[in-house]
Amino acid sequence: MRILAIETSCDETAAAVLEGFDRILSHEIFSQAAIHSEFGGVVPEVASRNHLDELPRVVDRALASAGVDICDLGAVVATSGPGLAAALLVGTSAAKGLALGAGCPFLAVNHIEGHLLSPFFGEAEIPPHIALVVSGGHTLLFDVRKFGDYQLLGRTRDDAAGEAFDKVAKMLGLGYPGGVEIDRLARTGNSARFALPRGMLDSGDFHFSFSGLKTAVRMFLEKGFAEADLPDICASFQAAVVDVLVAKTFRAAHELGRPIVTMSGGVSANAGLRTTARLRAEKSGKILRFAPEGLRTDNALMIAYAAAHHLARGTSHSVTLDISPNFDPASLCG
Amino acid sequence: MANRNPNFGGIFESGGRLCASEEETQALGRAFAEEVPADTTLSLEGPLGAGKTCFVRGLAVGLGLDPAMVSSPTFTLVHEYPGGRIPLVHFDFYRLDSENELTGLGFEDYLQSPAIRAIEWGDKFPGALPPQTWRIRFSIESGSRKIRGTR
Repeated sequence: MRILAIETSCDETAAAVLEGFDRILSHEIFSQAAIHSEFGGVVPEVASRNHLDELPRVVDRALASAGVDICDLGAVVATSGPGLAAALLVGTSAAKGLALGAGCPFLAVNHIEGHLLSPFFGEAEIPPHIALVVSGGHTLLFDVRKFGDYQLLGRTRDDAAGEAFDKVAKMLGLGYPGGVEIDRLARTGNSARFALPRGMLDSGDFHFSFSGLKTAVRMFLEKGFAEADLPDICASFQAAVVDVLVAKTFRAAHELGRPIVTMSGGVSANAGLRTTARLRAEKSGKILRFAPEGLRTDNALMIAYAAAHHLARGTSHSVTLDISPNFDPASLCG
Repeated sequence: MANRNPNFGGIFESGGRLCASEEETQALGRAFAEEVPADTTLSLEGPLGAGKTCFVRGLAVGLGLDPAMVSSPTFTLVHEYPGGRIPLVHFDFYRLDSENELTGLGFEDYLQSPAIRAIEWGDKFPGALPPQTWRIRFSIESGSRKIRGTR
């Protein structure tokens, strides 16, 4: 079955065509962030109002480069939440209209489930595992028994991990968003030079907090710092975030006896996180999987892949189904 | 519930309120929410780490919501927390560039129905705030958080 997926939950306008679980026919993203990056970290314009302008072009490109006609589609699916209501409405309304026009089923997909399953992209089975979804907007830890059977173990109490990266980058004068720049500078830095707090490391639960770390960095920087210290500051900050993410994720895998650990979302591209997680996986004998490149930040292919699992089980939705802008663990975890 | 003479945790008194811990900031948000009218816009203003999100967590508790639902909407721009005494809508203007972007956010729509609207970094676009917005300023003074409101 060929699935056309549309993703417009936040800044990215994306469309993709997937056949089965693994045949990528097209994968299109229009990102405001990409356009602005050449100007050196200018705050990307919030694209929600641009979804309406961009989506028809992005969908046309996705269909054309896939070489499929709308009549060849087995389903049209879209992210229905969580996300920005005004943005979600554009994507879901377009998908509903296309599904009606093509005379095929419509399916609403949860954005978080898209990230959650992305490390298994291409596969028909989802094995039991612990999943960390970590991005600019989310920091969520799940116990996954199988496809559709998820338990939320923990989430951030305040800032998402990616947000902490971007806000600290701005404090350091690296622009916004600047998480990638912190990662780059941290590579040559000494992470043990500055002692920064590991938020909720010993809280005994699986929740996260990065606001205290952000404040600690701000107070540290207010005392003044030399440009030459930037790599050490970045490395020390990054280690404080990564230590907690890795410790809690692997502790969950240990306590719940899950042999596989996955990491997805934009922050899963962070080199510090990947290295620390790999070392921990080797030590603890766990299998570690990351979302593939191109599927880490928001995209429509992960939505198509999650949809493929639902459609394979005969699930589809009425076109009267409303969007769900809020992240409601109950709707995902049942 | 609403008192005859609400004092909103004392944040509107001259000098505001000093909170020595996150717990105190959250308790203040809670006391505030127990007295706040059903259709109120709050602009939460002050530097990073001054306690804005923490205060919103307190608002959630005061409205009968689970505070664990509250997280920073910096990236996601708006979080809605329905199910309490009054719906709570949590905005963050931090990464917005211009007032025009509020249209894409559906900001006007959120002003139409009764809710407590808490806007972090609301002072970025003072012209976009509705006329009766309560401005609440957060500052950091030797480790404590000072919270002061004006109406």
